[in-house]
Amino acid sequence: MAEVKDIDHFMKGDGVDSDREQMIGQHIGYRYDVNLVPDYDRLTPFLKSYIEAMGWTDLNWLEDVHMGYEENRAAVFDRNINGWVTVPEDIKLPDNQQDRDMIARELLIKFQMSERHPMNDLVKAYGKF
Amino acid sequence: MAKLETSDAQSMGMHTEQLRGRTQQTFFSSEESDNVVYPWLPAVDFAKTAEFDAADMETREINLRLRELMNEGYGTITMKNPGAKHSLAVCILNRLNLKIEGSLGYFGCGLLDGPNVSIAGRVGWSCAENMMAGTVVIEKNAGSTFGAAIRGGDLVCKGDVGSRTGIDQKGGTIIVGGRTGAFSGFMMQRGRMIILGDAGINLGDSMYDGTIYVGGKIAGLGVDAVEGELTDLDAAWLEKKLATFGMKCPNGAKNMTKIVAGKQLWNYDNLEPSEKKLIL
Repeated sequence: MAEVKDIDHFMKGDGVDSDREQMIGQHIGYRYDVNLVPDYDRLTPFLKSYIEAMGWTDLNWLEDVHMGYEENRAAVFDRNINGWVTVPEDIKLPDNQQDRDMIARELLIKFQMSERHPMNDLVKAYGKF
Repeated sequence: MAKLETSDAQSMGMHTEQLRGRTQQTFFSSEESDNVVYPWLPAVDFAKTAEFDAADMETREINLRLRELMNEGYGTITMKNPGAKHSLAVCILNRLNLKIEGSLGYFGCGLLDGPNVSIAGRVGWSCAENMMAGTVVIEKNAGSTFGAAIRGGDLVCKGDVGSRTGIDQKGGTIIVGGRTGAFSGFMMQRGRMIILGDAGINLGDSMYDGTIYVGGKIAGLGVDAVEGELTDLDAAWLEKKLATFGMKCPNGAKNMTKIVAGKQLWNYDNLEPSEKKLIL
């Protein structure tokens, strides 16, 4: 993604850009700039309180969470369900990836820790402890 | 979106849905809860402390004792005399401060998702394997396959580690205060590795993505591992991350060597269409 200049590139088109993407007919969604290190000046208030509650001094595992794009929509990859979770259209996206990544982290935490997350059903069905 | 030809499997009534990548058709809600841990876990208080002696306990007893204490609300637990037993302190998904006064055997602290663990001694093979989140700090040395398949969190060894550190790393940060052995970062897919000392041969062999920072000498790079440009953001992040654990780059953050994937292995995707045809 480093070579993509337009921040909204993957929402304006189908993202089928590279030769390999054209060969398989779909956008390869996990190829964003996963190595972009977070700018801590852009933490949201919720993320600050989350970090404090967990006893960490930085974003910890959330450093690997970034705003991605799936089927022309902003989305966040949730490793707990091995799938993309779509960002609602009424959330206005900032014009830079760092701020978008912070929003992605906050949305993902709130979703994973909610009763609505599919992990709850798995725990009820298979949890041993 | 891929348009698949009708296959024998489809004519038999299978695979009626169009291939849709990995989208789950799940949407964030603006009214999610403000929980910081999974909803089924007990609430713990960092200020509530407990300690127990593991000297005469079996592995299963020790791990169950940790769960009992968390269920009773203890957020800071000290385990004494672990005796280098294997598979201790595994699968803890809650917020927790766990202090281990001694050494661990193989597969210690595996499958963690949230706790902060400090280990005063050494650890055996595959410490913090498949770690998801949290911090694990080891004061002495670690064995091979340190942080194997780690997905998130910070894993720190202040001493030296064996070979294949961070094999199949999929996220998170691995920090080695001393030297690391051969094939560190082997098949790395994501995340960051910081090695303050020297790195053995075949560093980053077959790495698909991710970043390795090295402060000492590199005995040799592996297949498709190449030197990348270290940016100011990299240097600032390195200083901040290392300061968290009372560590710093031996010659300054800007003099670290950054190793990234040459991405020549990205043509794995060329196999996808043929694989799909075989499956469908």
